[in-house]
Amino acid sequence: MATDSATKQVPVSEGVFTWPSDEPRLLGSKCTDCGNVMFPTQSGCPKCSGQSTETIELGRTGTLWTWTVQGYPPKSPPYAGNADPKTFEAFGVGYVELPGEVKVETRLTVNDPEQLNIGMEMELTLVPLYTNDDGEEVMTFAFAPIN
Amino acid sequence: MTTDDVAIVGIGMHPFGRHEGVSGMDMGVAAVRSACADAGVQWEDIQFAFGGSASAGAPDTMVSKLGLTGLQFINVVNGCATGGSALFSAYNSIKSGMFDLGIAIGFDKHDRGAFRVNTKASGLSDWYGESGMALTTQFFGMKINRYMHEHGITEDSLARVSEKAFRNGSKNENAWRRRPLSMEEVKQSAMLSYPLTQYMFCSPGEGGVALILARADQAHKYTDTPVFLKAAVVRSRRFGSFEVMAPHIALEHNAGPTVDASAAAFEMAGMGPDDMDIAQLQDTESGAEIMHMAENGFCEHGEQEHMLAMGDTEITGRLPVNTDGGCLANGEPIGASGLRQVYENVLQLRGDAGERQVPNDPKTAYTHVYGAPGISGVTILAK
Repeated sequence: MATDSATKQVPVSEGVFTWPSDEPRLLGSKCTDCGNVMFPTQSGCPKCSGQSTETIELGRTGTLWTWTVQGYPPKSPPYAGNADPKTFEAFGVGYVELPGEVKVETRLTVNDPEQLNIGMEMELTLVPLYTNDDGEEVMTFAFAPIN
Repeated sequence: MTTDDVAIVGIGMHPFGRHEGVSGMDMGVAAVRSACADAGVQWEDIQFAFGGSASAGAPDTMVSKLGLTGLQFINVVNGCATGGSALFSAYNSIKSGMFDLGIAIGFDKHDRGAFRVNTKASGLSDWYGESGMALTTQFFGMKINRYMHEHGITEDSLARVSEKAFRNGSKNENAWRRRPLSMEEVKQSAMLSYPLTQYMFCSPGEGGVALILARADQAHKYTDTPVFLKAAVVRSRRFGSFEVMAPHIALEHNAGPTVDASAAAFEMAGMGPDDMDIAQLQDTESGAEIMHMAENGFCEHGEQEHMLAMGDTEITGRLPVNTDGGCLANGEPIGASGLRQVYENVLQLRGDAGERQVPNDPKTAYTHVYGAPGISGVTILAK
Protein backbone atom coordinates (compact mmCIF):
# COMPACT_ATOMS: atom_id res chain seq x y z
CA MET A 1 0.00 0.00 0.00
CA ALA A 2 2.91 2.34 0.57
CA THR A 3 4.48 2.24 -2.85
CA ASP A 4 1.38 2.26 -5.03
CA SER A 5 -0.31 5.34 -3.59
CA ALA A 6 -0.25 8.67 -5.35
CA THR A 7 0.79 10.31 -2.09
CA LYS A 8 3.92 8.92 -0.52
CA GLN A 9 3.21 7.27 2.80
CA VAL A 10 5.61 6.89 5.72
CA PRO A 11 5.21 5.10 9.07
CA VAL A 12 4.76 7.14 12.25
CA SER A 13 7.90 5.45 13.52
CA GLU A 14 10.29 2.79 12.33
CA GLY A 15 10.06 -0.54 14.10
CA VAL A 16 6.48 -0.33 15.39
CA PHE A 17 4.93 -2.36 12.54
CA THR A 18 6.17 -4.09 9.38
CA TRP A 19 6.62 -1.57 6.57
CA PRO A 20 5.88 -1.60 3.73
CA SER A 21 3.39 -4.42 3.86
CA ASP A 22 -0.04 -5.24 2.44
CA GLU A 23 -0.73 -7.27 5.55
CA PRO A 24 0.90 -5.25 8.30
CA ARG A 25 1.94 -6.79 11.59
CA LEU A 26 2.91 -5.13 14.85
CA LEU A 27 6.46 -5.76 16.02
CA GLY A 28 6.82 -6.97 19.57
CA SER A 29 9.42 -8.58 21.76
CA LYS A 30 9.55 -12.07 23.17
CA CYS A 31 11.60 -12.88 26.25
CA THR A 32 14.10 -15.59 25.35
CA ASP A 33 14.02 -16.83 28.95
CA CYS A 34 10.30 -17.08 29.82
CA GLY A 35 8.54 -16.48 26.50
CA ASN A 36 6.64 -13.39 27.71
CA VAL A 37 5.44 -11.21 24.81
CA MET A 38 5.60 -7.41 24.89
CA PHE A 39 4.59 -4.49 22.67
CA PRO A 40 6.31 -2.39 21.41
CA THR A 41 9.77 -3.96 21.32
CA GLN A 42 11.76 -3.56 24.48
CA SER A 43 14.86 -4.90 26.15
CA GLY A 44 14.30 -6.51 29.50
CA CYS A 45 11.35 -8.60 30.62
CA PRO A 46 8.86 -7.26 33.20
CA LYS A 47 7.76 -10.80 34.04
CA CYS A 48 11.01 -12.63 34.83
CA SER A 49 13.50 -9.72 34.85
CA GLY A 50 15.34 -11.51 32.02
CA GLN A 51 17.68 -9.34 29.97
CA SER A 52 17.36 -10.96 26.57
CA THR A 53 14.48 -10.41 24.15
CA GLU A 54 13.98 -11.07 20.45
CA THR A 55 11.83 -9.10 18.01
CA ILE A 56 8.78 -10.96 16.70
CA GLU A 57 5.84 -10.18 14.39
CA LEU A 58 2.61 -10.28 16.39
CA GLY A 59 -0.62 -11.86 15.19
CA ARG A 60 -2.83 -9.75 12.90
CA THR A 61 -6.15 -10.66 14.48
CA GLY A 62 -7.64 -10.77 17.93
CA THR A 63 -10.64 -9.83 20.07
CA LEU A 64 -11.59 -6.46 21.49
CA TRP A 65 -10.84 -6.65 25.26
CA THR A 66 -12.05 -3.16 26.13
CA TRP A 67 -12.53 0.17 24.37
CA THR A 68 -13.42 3.84 24.65
CA VAL A 69 -13.93 6.73 22.23
CA GLN A 70 -11.61 9.73 22.39
CA GLY A 71 -14.27 12.42 22.33
CA TYR A 72 -12.16 15.58 22.55
CA PRO A 73 -8.97 16.67 20.76
CA PRO A 74 -5.88 15.39 22.60
CA LYS A 75 -3.31 18.04 23.49
CA SER A 76 -0.89 18.71 20.66
CA PRO A 77 1.91 17.97 21.20
CA PRO A 78 2.16 15.08 21.76
CA TYR A 79 -0.83 14.34 19.46
CA ALA A 80 0.16 14.67 15.80
CA GLY A 81 -3.29 14.16 14.24
CA ASN A 82 -5.98 16.80 13.77
CA ALA A 83 -6.49 18.50 17.14
CA ASP A 84 -8.50 21.46 15.82
CA PRO A 85 -11.64 21.54 17.99
CA LYS A 86 -13.71 22.71 14.99
CA THR A 87 -12.88 19.79 12.74
CA PHE A 88 -11.72 17.14 15.23
CA GLU A 89 -13.24 13.71 14.66
CA ALA A 90 -13.64 11.37 17.62
CA PHE A 91 -11.70 8.12 17.33
CA GLY A 92 -11.93 4.76 19.04
CA VAL A 93 -9.17 3.41 21.28
CA GLY A 94 -9.04 -0.05 22.74
CA TYR A 95 -7.05 -3.07 23.77
CA VAL A 96 -7.07 -6.00 21.39
CA GLU A 97 -6.19 -9.38 22.82
CA LEU A 98 -3.91 -11.29 20.45
CA PRO A 99 -4.41 -14.97 21.29
CA GLY A 100 -1.49 -16.52 23.14
CA GLU A 101 0.52 -13.30 22.93
CA VAL A 102 -0.48 -10.04 24.58
CA LYS A 103 -3.16 -7.32 24.71
CA VAL A 104 -2.10 -4.29 22.65
CA GLU A 105 -3.39 -0.74 23.00
CA THR A 106 -4.51 0.62 19.66
CA ARG A 107 -6.62 3.11 17.76
CA LEU A 108 -9.81 1.65 16.33
CA THR A 109 -11.21 2.45 12.89
CA VAL A 110 -14.70 2.74 14.42
CA ASN A 111 -15.78 5.63 16.68
CA ASP A 112 -19.45 4.73 17.17
CA PRO A 113 -20.20 3.12 20.57
CA GLU A 114 -23.12 1.30 18.94
CA GLN A 115 -20.70 -0.58 16.72
CA LEU A 116 -18.15 -1.54 19.36
CA ASN A 117 -18.55 -4.55 21.60
CA ILE A 118 -16.18 -6.31 23.97
CA GLY A 119 -15.23 -9.66 22.46
CA MET A 120 -15.69 -8.70 18.79
CA GLU A 121 -13.15 -9.94 16.24
CA MET A 122 -10.63 -7.36 15.02
CA GLU A 123 -7.76 -7.19 12.55
CA LEU A 124 -4.79 -4.89 12.09
CA THR A 125 -4.74 -2.16 9.46
CA LEU A 126 -2.94 1.13 8.90
CA VAL A 127 -4.62 4.55 8.91
CA PRO A 128 -3.45 8.03 7.93
CA LEU A 129 -2.60 10.21 10.93
CA TYR A 130 -1.44 13.51 9.39
CA THR A 131 0.45 14.96 6.44
CA ASN A 132 4.00 15.98 7.29
CA ASP A 133 5.94 19.03 6.06
CA ASP A 134 7.23 17.05 3.10
CA GLY A 135 3.69 16.31 1.93
CA GLU A 136 3.96 12.68 2.97
CA GLU A 137 1.06 10.89 4.60
CA VAL A 138 2.12 9.64 8.03
CA MET A 139 0.55 6.27 8.84
CA THR A 140 -0.15 4.69 12.20
CA PHE A 141 -1.77 1.39 13.13
CA ALA A 142 -5.37 0.69 14.07
CA PHE A 143 -7.60 -2.33 14.48
CA ALA A 144 -10.77 -2.71 12.43
CA PRO A 145 -13.77 -4.97 13.07
CA ILE A 146 -13.80 -8.11 10.91
CA ASN A 147 -17.13 -8.19 9.13
CA MET B 1 6.90 -1.35 66.73
CA THR B 2 3.85 -0.07 68.62
CA THR B 3 1.02 1.11 66.47
CA ASP B 4 0.85 4.66 67.88
CA ASP B 5 4.22 5.94 66.77
CA VAL B 6 3.26 8.98 64.78
CA ALA B 7 0.55 11.60 65.21
CA ILE B 8 -0.76 14.34 62.95
CA VAL B 9 -0.81 17.47 65.11
CA GLY B 10 -1.35 20.26 62.60
CA ILE B 11 -3.11 20.63 59.28
CA GLY B 12 -3.22 23.45 56.75
CA MET B 13 -4.76 23.92 53.33
CA HIS B 14 -4.85 26.50 50.57
CA PRO B 15 -8.26 26.24 48.87
CA PHE B 16 -8.32 24.10 45.72
CA GLY B 17 -9.54 25.40 42.37
CA ARG B 18 -8.20 28.07 40.04
CA HIS B 19 -6.33 30.99 41.60
CA GLU B 20 -5.20 33.57 39.07
CA GLY B 21 -1.95 35.23 40.05
CA VAL B 22 -1.13 32.84 42.91
CA SER B 23 1.74 30.44 42.24
CA GLY B 24 1.57 26.80 43.25
CA MET B 25 4.53 27.43 45.53
CA ASP B 26 2.68 30.25 47.31
CA MET B 27 -0.27 27.91 47.89
CA GLY B 28 2.20 25.53 49.52
CA VAL B 29 3.60 28.33 51.68
CA ALA B 30 0.09 29.34 52.76
CA ALA B 31 -0.71 25.74 53.67
CA VAL B 32 2.49 25.45 55.74
CA ARG B 33 1.75 28.63 57.66
CA SER B 34 -1.77 27.50 58.33
CA ALA B 35 -0.57 24.07 59.54
CA CYS B 36 1.99 25.68 61.87
CA ALA B 37 -0.73 27.91 63.33
CA ASP B 38 -2.98 24.88 63.79
CA ALA B 39 -0.26 23.02 65.71
CA GLY B 40 0.84 26.11 67.60
CA VAL B 41 4.42 25.83 66.37
CA GLN B 42 6.81 28.17 64.59
CA TRP B 43 8.45 27.27 61.27
CA GLU B 44 11.80 27.22 63.11
CA ASP B 45 10.48 24.34 65.28
CA ILE B 46 10.07 22.07 62.24
CA GLN B 47 13.01 19.66 62.05
CA PHE B 48 12.44 18.23 58.59
CA ALA B 49 10.21 18.54 55.54
CA PHE B 50 9.23 16.38 52.60
CA GLY B 51 7.68 18.46 49.83
CA GLY B 52 5.93 17.21 46.72
CA SER B 53 4.98 18.97 43.49
CA ALA B 54 4.71 17.60 39.95
CA SER B 55 4.38 20.87 38.01
CA ALA B 56 4.84 23.88 40.29
CA GLY B 57 8.54 24.01 41.08
CA ALA B 58 11.03 22.55 43.53
CA PRO B 59 9.35 22.56 46.95
CA ASP B 60 12.56 23.13 48.91
CA THR B 61 12.88 26.61 47.41
CA MET B 62 9.92 27.68 49.57
CA VAL B 63 12.28 28.07 52.53
CA SER B 64 13.26 31.45 51.11
CA LYS B 65 9.76 32.60 52.07
CA LEU B 66 9.19 30.45 55.15
CA GLY B 67 12.57 31.06 56.74
CA LEU B 68 16.09 29.74 56.24
CA THR B 69 16.33 27.57 59.33
CA GLY B 70 18.67 24.93 57.97
CA LEU B 71 16.15 22.09 58.27
CA GLN B 72 16.42 18.88 56.26
CA PHE B 73 14.16 19.48 53.25
CA ILE B 74 13.71 16.71 50.66
CA ASN B 75 11.74 17.07 47.44
CA VAL B 76 9.50 14.22 46.37
CA VAL B 77 8.24 13.54 42.86
CA ASN B 78 6.42 10.26 42.46
CA GLY B 79 3.68 10.49 39.86
CA CYS B 80 0.17 10.65 41.23
CA ALA B 81 1.40 9.35 44.60
CA THR B 82 3.64 12.40 45.09
CA GLY B 83 1.73 13.70 48.13
CA GLY B 84 1.31 10.22 49.56
CA SER B 85 5.03 9.60 49.14
CA ALA B 86 5.88 12.82 51.00
CA LEU B 87 3.64 11.67 53.85
CA PHE B 88 5.09 8.15 53.82
CA SER B 89 8.60 9.60 54.05
CA ALA B 90 7.67 11.96 56.89
CA TYR B 91 5.96 9.13 58.74
CA ASN B 92 9.03 6.94 58.56
CA SER B 93 11.38 9.75 59.55
CA ILE B 94 9.57 10.01 62.87
CA LYS B 95 8.86 6.32 63.27
CA SER B 96 12.58 5.58 62.87
CA GLY B 97 13.33 7.77 65.89
CA MET B 98 15.44 10.17 63.84
CA PHE B 99 13.18 13.20 64.35
CA ASP B 100 10.38 14.40 66.65
CA LEU B 101 8.53 16.96 64.54
CA GLY B 102 8.28 17.38 60.80
CA ILE B 103 6.05 18.34 57.93
CA ALA B 104 4.72 16.82 54.71
CA ILE B 105 3.85 19.42 52.08
CA GLY B 106 2.16 19.05 48.71
CA PHE B 107 1.09 21.66 46.20
CA ASP B 108 0.56 21.99 42.47
CA LYS B 109 -0.75 24.15 39.67
CA HIS B 110 -1.55 22.49 36.35
CA ASP B 111 -2.56 23.82 32.94
CA ARG B 112 -6.23 23.71 32.03
CA GLY B 113 -7.59 20.61 30.34
CA ALA B 114 -6.39 17.02 30.49
CA PHE B 115 -2.84 16.31 31.62
CA ARG B 116 -0.31 16.73 28.83
CA VAL B 117 1.76 13.60 29.03
CA ASN B 118 5.49 13.74 28.43
CA THR B 119 5.86 10.35 26.77
CA LYS B 120 9.66 10.34 26.94
CA ALA B 121 9.68 11.07 30.67
CA SER B 122 7.20 8.24 31.09
CA GLY B 123 9.50 5.79 29.35
CA LEU B 124 7.29 5.67 26.23
CA SER B 125 8.02 6.26 22.57
CA ASP B 126 6.93 9.41 20.72
CA TRP B 127 4.66 7.50 18.31
CA TYR B 128 2.45 6.51 21.25
CA GLY B 129 1.42 10.09 22.02
CA GLU B 130 1.55 11.18 18.37
CA SER B 131 -0.92 8.44 17.47
CA GLY B 132 -3.52 9.69 19.96
CA MET B 133 -2.98 7.39 22.90
CA ALA B 134 -1.12 8.46 26.09
CA LEU B 135 -4.24 10.03 27.61
CA THR B 136 -5.12 9.20 31.21
CA THR B 137 -8.81 9.76 30.40
CA GLN B 138 -8.72 6.92 27.85
CA PHE B 139 -7.38 4.51 30.45
CA PHE B 140 -10.17 5.31 32.88
CA GLY B 141 -12.79 5.01 30.13
CA MET B 142 -11.43 1.62 29.09
CA LYS B 143 -11.00 0.31 32.63
CA ILE B 144 -14.55 1.16 33.72
CA ASN B 145 -16.00 -0.03 30.39
CA ARG B 146 -14.47 -3.46 30.96
CA TYR B 147 -15.49 -3.38 34.63
CA MET B 148 -19.11 -2.54 33.81
CA HIS B 149 -19.13 -5.41 31.32
CA GLU B 150 -17.76 -7.88 33.88
CA HIS B 151 -19.57 -6.75 37.00
CA GLY B 152 -22.90 -5.27 35.93
CA ILE B 153 -22.25 -1.67 36.95
CA THR B 154 -24.56 0.78 35.14
CA GLU B 155 -24.39 4.36 33.92
CA ASP B 156 -26.70 5.30 36.81
CA SER B 157 -23.97 4.38 39.29
CA LEU B 158 -21.45 6.51 37.42
CA ALA B 159 -23.82 9.48 37.60
CA ARG B 160 -24.68 8.80 41.24
CA VAL B 161 -21.03 9.05 42.30
CA SER B 162 -20.67 12.43 40.60
CA GLU B 163 -23.93 13.68 42.06
CA LYS B 164 -22.67 12.74 45.55
CA ALA B 165 -19.28 14.35 44.94
CA PHE B 166 -20.70 17.71 43.94
CA ARG B 167 -23.24 17.64 46.76
CA ASN B 168 -20.44 16.99 49.28
CA GLY B 169 -18.29 19.61 47.58
CA SER B 170 -21.05 22.17 47.99
CA LYS B 171 -20.57 21.76 51.75
CA ASN B 172 -16.79 22.27 51.57
CA GLU B 173 -15.53 25.86 51.61
CA ASN B 174 -12.14 24.72 50.25
CA ALA B 175 -13.58 22.82 47.27
CA TRP B 176 -13.31 23.99 43.68
CA ARG B 177 -16.68 22.92 42.27
CA ARG B 178 -19.39 23.75 44.77
CA ARG B 179 -22.55 23.64 42.65
CA PRO B 180 -24.63 20.50 43.15
CA LEU B 181 -25.44 18.67 39.88
CA SER B 182 -28.28 16.26 39.22
CA MET B 183 -27.67 12.77 37.85
CA GLU B 184 -29.33 13.90 34.62
CA GLU B 185 -26.97 16.89 34.25
CA VAL B 186 -24.02 14.57 34.80
CA LYS B 187 -25.25 12.12 32.15
CA GLN B 188 -26.08 14.83 29.62
CA SER B 189 -22.72 16.62 29.81
CA ALA B 190 -20.22 16.15 26.96
CA MET B 191 -19.03 12.57 26.37
CA LEU B 192 -15.25 12.80 26.83
CA SER B 193 -14.15 9.17 26.91
CA TYR B 194 -17.00 6.71 26.60
CA PRO B 195 -18.73 5.85 28.92
CA LEU B 196 -17.47 8.83 30.92
CA THR B 197 -18.89 12.33 30.53
CA GLN B 198 -17.38 15.68 31.45
CA TYR B 199 -18.93 15.77 34.94
CA MET B 200 -17.80 12.21 35.65
CA PHE B 201 -14.17 13.37 35.38
CA CYS B 202 -12.10 15.46 37.76
CA SER B 203 -9.87 18.16 36.29
CA PRO B 204 -6.24 18.96 36.90
CA GLY B 205 -6.28 21.94 39.26
CA GLU B 206 -4.45 23.92 41.91
CA GLY B 207 -4.06 23.80 45.67
CA GLY B 208 -1.77 23.12 48.59
CA VAL B 209 -1.85 21.04 51.78
CA ALA B 210 0.56 20.68 54.70
CA LEU B 211 0.46 18.18 57.55
CA ILE B 212 2.60 18.43 60.69
CA LEU B 213 3.64 15.11 62.18
CA ALA B 214 5.03 14.48 65.65
CA ARG B 215 6.09 11.57 67.81
CA ALA B 216 2.88 10.20 69.23
CA ASP B 217 4.11 10.46 72.83
CA GLN B 218 4.69 14.19 72.33
CA ALA B 219 1.47 14.92 70.46
CA HIS B 220 -0.24 16.40 73.53
CA LYS B 221 2.24 19.30 73.42
CA TYR B 222 0.64 20.50 70.21
CA THR B 223 -3.00 19.47 70.22
CA ASP B 224 -5.83 18.13 72.35
CA THR B 225 -7.09 16.12 69.39
CA PRO B 226 -4.17 14.15 67.96
CA VAL B 227 -4.92 11.78 65.13
CA PHE B 228 -2.61 8.80 64.83
CA LEU B 229 -1.17 7.55 61.59
CA LYS B 230 -1.61 3.78 61.81
CA ALA B 231 -0.34 2.97 58.34
CA ALA B 232 1.18 4.67 55.30
CA VAL B 233 1.96 2.52 52.27
CA VAL B 234 2.94 3.12 48.64
CA ARG B 235 2.98 0.28 46.08
CA SER B 236 3.82 0.11 42.37
CA ARG B 237 2.36 -2.24 39.78
CA ARG B 238 3.09 -5.91 39.33
CA PHE B 239 3.20 -8.01 36.20
CA GLY B 240 -0.23 -8.49 34.68
CA SER B 241 -1.99 -5.43 36.10
CA PHE B 242 -3.94 -3.01 33.88
CA GLU B 243 -2.53 0.49 34.29
CA VAL B 244 -2.60 3.93 32.84
CA MET B 245 -0.07 4.55 29.99
CA ALA B 246 0.35 0.92 29.01
CA PRO B 247 0.93 0.15 25.30
CA HIS B 248 0.44 -3.49 26.22
CA ILE B 249 -1.10 -5.56 29.00
CA ALA B 250 -0.08 -9.14 29.72
CA LEU B 251 -2.62 -11.89 29.12
CA GLU B 252 -2.33 -13.03 32.72
CA HIS B 253 -4.17 -10.94 35.30
CA ASN B 254 -2.93 -9.20 38.43
CA ALA B 255 -5.29 -7.20 40.60
CA GLY B 256 -3.04 -4.13 40.70
CA PRO B 257 -1.18 -1.87 43.12
CA THR B 258 -4.29 -0.68 44.97
CA VAL B 259 -5.07 -4.20 46.17
CA ASP B 260 -1.45 -4.63 47.29
CA ALA B 261 -1.23 -1.24 49.04
CA SER B 262 -4.56 -1.74 50.76
CA ALA B 263 -3.70 -5.19 52.09
CA ALA B 264 -0.32 -3.99 53.35
CA ALA B 265 -1.89 -0.97 55.08
CA PHE B 266 -4.54 -3.04 56.83
CA GLU B 267 -1.87 -5.45 58.02
CA MET B 268 0.33 -2.61 59.27
CA ALA B 269 -2.59 -1.08 61.17
CA GLY B 270 -3.88 -4.39 62.49
CA MET B 271 -7.31 -3.51 61.17
CA GLY B 272 -9.62 -4.49 58.33
CA PRO B 273 -12.04 -2.78 55.96
CA ASP B 274 -14.95 -3.32 58.37
CA ASP B 275 -13.11 -1.26 60.98
CA MET B 276 -13.07 1.88 58.82
CA ASP B 277 -15.63 4.62 59.56
CA ILE B 278 -14.78 6.86 56.57
CA ALA B 279 -12.90 6.39 53.28
CA GLN B 280 -11.43 8.87 50.81
CA LEU B 281 -10.85 6.93 47.58
CA GLN B 282 -9.18 8.08 44.36
CA ASP B 283 -11.97 9.35 42.11
CA THR B 284 -10.17 10.56 39.01
CA GLU B 285 -13.53 9.80 37.51
CA SER B 286 -16.69 8.41 39.01
CA GLY B 287 -15.97 4.87 37.80
CA ALA B 288 -12.63 4.93 39.61
CA GLU B 289 -14.38 5.48 42.94
CA ILE B 290 -16.62 2.50 42.20
CA MET B 291 -13.75 0.18 41.24
CA HIS B 292 -11.60 1.39 44.14
CA MET B 293 -14.34 0.55 46.66
CA ALA B 294 -13.79 -3.10 45.78
CA GLU B 295 -10.03 -2.93 45.17
CA ASN B 296 -9.56 -1.48 48.66
CA GLY B 297 -11.59 -4.29 50.18
CA PHE B 298 -14.76 -2.41 51.13
CA CYS B 299 -17.06 -4.63 49.05
CA GLU B 300 -17.11 -7.38 46.46
CA HIS B 301 -16.89 -6.51 42.76
CA GLY B 302 -20.38 -5.63 41.56
CA GLU B 303 -21.85 -4.86 45.00
CA GLN B 304 -21.28 -1.15 44.41
CA GLU B 305 -24.39 -0.89 42.24
CA HIS B 306 -26.62 -1.74 45.19
CA MET B 307 -24.54 0.15 47.77
CA LEU B 308 -24.72 3.36 45.77
CA ALA B 309 -28.46 3.02 45.16
CA MET B 310 -28.94 2.54 48.92
CA GLY B 311 -26.84 5.60 49.78
CA ASP B 312 -24.27 3.56 51.69
CA THR B 313 -21.42 5.88 50.70
CA GLU B 314 -23.22 9.14 51.52
CA ILE B 315 -22.04 11.20 54.51
CA THR B 316 -24.91 9.68 56.51
CA GLY B 317 -24.35 6.17 55.09
CA ARG B 318 -22.68 3.04 56.39
CA LEU B 319 -19.30 3.91 54.83
CA PRO B 320 -19.07 7.58 53.80
CA VAL B 321 -16.77 7.92 50.76
CA ASN B 322 -15.14 11.15 49.60
CA THR B 323 -16.82 13.35 52.18
CA ASP B 324 -15.10 16.53 50.94
CA GLY B 325 -16.22 15.99 47.34
CA GLY B 326 -13.11 14.04 46.35
CA CYS B 327 -11.10 14.81 43.23
CA LEU B 328 -14.35 15.34 41.34
CA ALA B 329 -15.25 18.47 43.35
CA ASN B 330 -11.75 19.51 44.37
CA GLY B 331 -9.79 18.89 41.18
CA GLU B 332 -6.43 17.17 41.17
CA PRO B 333 -3.29 19.14 41.91
CA ILE B 334 -1.07 16.07 41.88
CA GLY B 335 1.30 17.04 44.70
CA ALA B 336 -1.52 18.03 47.05
CA SER B 337 -4.24 15.53 46.20
CA GLY B 338 -3.27 12.65 48.48
CA LEU B 339 -2.64 15.04 51.37
CA ARG B 340 -6.07 16.63 50.86
CA GLN B 341 -7.63 13.27 51.62
CA VAL B 342 -5.68 12.99 54.87
CA TYR B 343 -6.53 16.61 55.78
CA GLU B 344 -10.22 15.79 55.35
CA ASN B 345 -9.92 12.68 57.50
CA VAL B 346 -8.19 14.61 60.29
CA LEU B 347 -11.00 17.20 60.21
CA GLN B 348 -13.59 14.44 60.35
CA LEU B 349 -11.89 12.60 63.23
CA ARG B 350 -11.54 15.85 65.16
CA GLY B 351 -15.24 16.50 64.61
CA ASP B 352 -14.42 19.77 62.85
CA ALA B 353 -15.91 19.05 59.40
CA GLY B 354 -18.89 21.37 59.90
CA GLU B 355 -21.78 20.93 57.51
CA ARG B 356 -20.30 17.73 56.09
CA GLN B 357 -19.35 16.15 59.42
CA VAL B 358 -19.86 12.40 59.46
CA PRO B 359 -22.20 11.64 62.38
CA ASN B 360 -21.68 9.27 65.32
CA ASP B 361 -18.14 10.29 66.20
CA PRO B 362 -16.02 8.46 63.59
CA LYS B 363 -12.81 7.01 65.00
CA THR B 364 -11.01 5.56 61.98
CA ALA B 365 -10.44 6.80 58.45
CA TYR B 366 -8.84 5.54 55.25
CA THR B 367 -7.26 7.27 52.25
CA HIS B 368 -6.29 5.92 48.84
CA VAL B 369 -4.62 7.56 45.83
CA TYR B 370 -4.02 5.94 42.45
CA GLY B 371 -2.39 7.21 39.32
CA ALA B 372 0.32 7.17 36.72
CA PRO B 373 2.30 5.10 36.07
CA GLY B 374 0.44 2.45 38.08
CA ILE B 375 1.02 3.48 41.69
CA SER B 376 -1.17 3.50 44.78
CA GLY B 377 -0.81 5.07 48.21
CA VAL B 378 -2.93 4.21 51.25
CA THR B 379 -3.09 5.64 54.77
CA ILE B 380 -5.09 4.63 57.82
CA LEU B 381 -5.80 7.12 60.59
CA ALA B 382 -7.34 6.58 64.01
CA LYS B 383 -7.96 8.74 67.04
